[in-house]
Amino acid sequence: MKQYDIVMIGAGPAGLAAAVSAYDAGARSILLLERDSQLGGILNQCIHNGFGLHTFHEELTGPEYAKRFVDEVRKRNIEYKLNTMVINISHEKVITAVNRSDGLMEIQAKAIVLAMGCRERSRGALNIPGYRPAGIYSAGTAQRLVNMEGYLPGRRVVILGSGDIGLIMARRMTLEGAKVLVVAELMPYSGGLKRNIVQCLDDFNIPLKLSTTVINIEGKERVTGITLAKVDDHRKPIPGTEEHYDCDTLMLSCGLIPENELSRSMGVQINPVTNGPCVNESLETNIPGVFAAGNVLHVHDLVDYVSEEAASAGSAAAGYAALGTNRSARREIPLETSGGPRYTVPCTIDPDHMPEKLTVRFRVGNVIKNKAVSVYFDQDRIIHRKRPVMAPGEMEELVLTKKYFNEHPDLSKIRICVESV
Amino acid sequence: MYDIVIIGAGVSGCAIARELSRYRAKVCVVEKYEDVCCGTSKANSAIVHAGFDAEAGSLMAKLNVRGNEMMEPLAGELDFPFLRNGSLVTMYQEEDRPNLVKLYENGLANGVKGMKILGQQELHAMEPNIAPQAAAALYAPTGGIVCPFGLTIALAENAFTNGVEFRFNTEVQKLQPVKGGWSLTTSTGTMTAKYVVNAAGVYADVFNNMVSKVKIHITPRRGNYCLLDKSTGGFVKHTIFQLPGKYGKGVLVSPTVHGNTIVGPTAVDIADRDGTNTTAEELSELTEKAGRMVRGLPIRQVITSFAGLRAHEEHHEFVIGEVPDAPGFINCAGIESPGLTSSPAIGKMVADLLCNKMGLEPDPDFSGVRKGILDPKKLSHEEYQKLIREKPAYGNMICRCEMITEGEILDAIHRPLGAKSLDGVKRRTRAGMGRCQAGFCSPRTMEILARELGVSQEKITKCGGASGLIVGTNKDSL
Repeated sequence: MKQYDIVMIGAGPAGLAAAVSAYDAGARSILLLERDSQLGGILNQCIHNGFGLHTFHEELTGPEYAKRFVDEVRKRNIEYKLNTMVINISHEKVITAVNRSDGLMEIQAKAIVLAMGCRERSRGALNIPGYRPAGIYSAGTAQRLVNMEGYLPGRRVVILGSGDIGLIMARRMTLEGAKVLVVAELMPYSGGLKRNIVQCLDDFNIPLKLSTTVINIEGKERVTGITLAKVDDHRKPIPGTEEHYDCDTLMLSCGLIPENELSRSMGVQINPVTNGPCVNESLETNIPGVFAAGNVLHVHDLVDYVSEEAASAGSAAAGYAALGTNRSARREIPLETSGGPRYTVPCTIDPDHMPEKLTVRFRVGNVIKNKAVSVYFDQDRIIHRKRPVMAPGEMEELVLTKKYFNEHPDLSKIRICVESV
Repeated sequence: MYDIVIIGAGVSGCAIARELSRYRAKVCVVEKYEDVCCGTSKANSAIVHAGFDAEAGSLMAKLNVRGNEMMEPLAGELDFPFLRNGSLVTMYQEEDRPNLVKLYENGLANGVKGMKILGQQELHAMEPNIAPQAAAALYAPTGGIVCPFGLTIALAENAFTNGVEFRFNTEVQKLQPVKGGWSLTTSTGTMTAKYVVNAAGVYADVFNNMVSKVKIHITPRRGNYCLLDKSTGGFVKHTIFQLPGKYGKGVLVSPTVHGNTIVGPTAVDIADRDGTNTTAEELSELTEKAGRMVRGLPIRQVITSFAGLRAHEEHHEFVIGEVPDAPGFINCAGIESPGLTSSPAIGKMVADLLCNKMGLEPDPDFSGVRKGILDPKKLSHEEYQKLIREKPAYGNMICRCEMITEGEILDAIHRPLGAKSLDGVKRRTRAGMGRCQAGFCSPRTMEILARELGVSQEKITKCGGASGLIVGTNKDSL
């Protein structure tokens, strides 16, 4: 059995950044396992720009952003295997993977960074009624066909869901010669970034219909039409509001689901809100030495934050691999939420193991205007910051510094809430 | 002139073809769609019924029990997934007990073996997720589950390798008696045959009524289903039926032979013989009915929903035999539930009938054994390693949800009556049947299909006909 100090499961943005940072933290025995034929993950099909503003202070395309990290990996001679599928990870961190050249292999890791990313919610999971013809694509699948293979999956397109990939694909399909008729969104607000609504829909006169869903798919062989309807406050279609569209394609951008089947089967505890692992301040799961970062942990809107998060996981993994199990006992101060935030990453904090400044990320469940985000250490409000607008489509973050913890040695819980200014 | 032409490559047509392939006869199966198993056979509960339902003394009852007995050895010969998991008809109100007893007695009359009426305690011990108010159940240990694609494809492949011809994308439009048999006008030319077998599913009445004054009437009865993620595997162990009662005929909750959970079907009579759409009403009806049968139905784990059509004959009986006023025309009509279960027995019955009429000779070259697609997951570590060394395609994972390799997809494409479309690959290998519903693997499977079939990707379809997946190339209209 091969042995490595740290194995990254996935070599998309999270796996790459984690590997680089693990190396820089002193680790040398590092392996990246990637199921696709190149490093970089989904970034390779994201040929639009807008990546890297935070990290590199310039606008890059997805492949360019990936290349920055791939170059860093190559510079450090970090080992990787492409076209390699991990089929199992044991609780003892034995990874079973398969590819054409090595066959079936078992790898013992000291530490693991889970970086498998996410998948798109399918038509089946949405339970949209109607026929099941060709021409129903998730936005990411269509993106792959168009951007990597040059094929047009349809000419008259209706998009359900205003997630970022859907918005990006509305523009892409238009540029490639298709007619995007409408983007429908079940919720009363968009699921994507504001800048994507402006640049991908408004600039191309593509209407966005909020509180609207698909109630029927027509076409026995290929999609021939779909029916939209407005929904009420309980997201139930309102009779009499039906609108029919002749189209050959229905594209879905209705949310992303972290791919944690491997994590679950090895015994990683999953947060039902994020569908990602519950992690502590080091992004470590309930299994010591197993870390998670990127979209497998919680779905991000900006890759810059994926890289930042994964770098923390990578250096924490290097620390674990160096120390092994000879660690001091850990404290777990829970983070709780109320009044808006749906979850936090991390879920718990050990002040003795946190960095000087710890970023806590969360999303709200609704559009919230003119409120403030507050952080309570037990009964003490230590942060109170006004936010003009918060929306579910945009990830929020705040920074907790070590100083606060030093001032609260007997802290039992942290609460993050949205409250009046 | 063919000796026998079978209309329809569903499970009945393929079972008949496979039984006939034991004899020296020139047999052809004609199918409207591009593949076998494209109609009723592909969208049903996938249950091998024990046989207590059908009315005692009916042909349906006889073929159900016989088909159930035949299924296990057949699964061995033809290598398709089958499991005798047992079924439970559950009673929720004490006032329904006479109906439960009646069902038990009907089963006895039909010759169903091993049945037992279970009390509440025994039932809940067997199925911990059954609804608390479930008071008793009829347990039939002979009930089972099968892969309907696996069964139909296995029958067809074995028939084909034993010399039966298959003509796909061929729709029969007209039937006329000619000297010594029948002339069939089809969308791909005219055929003649001494005997015609009508195994046309929801269209069987159309063909019968073309040739006979004795009209039959088949209503497409639509059923919606939900299929739940494999993470729900083991939610129930047996196939749970609801005893028809106050709330009408219930639905079933069952494990599938692949480890998913299936919930369905609804029952709505429709006019459109291809009306396989799901509806919001039926999907919510399913959730509601199934939700009463079990505790905490994990319906949020749904990965797909679909609809199938039962070929409901107005007297709810199989119509099998030569049509008196159309000699040489053999009906195999009204094959609705328990049709899938009965198919091995239907195949044998129709083949015996033709054999007697035509005096067919056994074919000494017949081989009834067929190997399915090799599943590397069933191999030991060492065997799998050896396989990849010999055939590296088995190390290339294409469908990540169901863990299906390129090796299995190549096998599906190149084996007898191989896959030609995405759905063809899916039904043979399960690639694309998992939780992402082909989001990740469909572009890769399309690429493999195009390469192996020697066509451009623009020619690759979801399921033949006009179901093309790609409409052109970028900017081709600009």
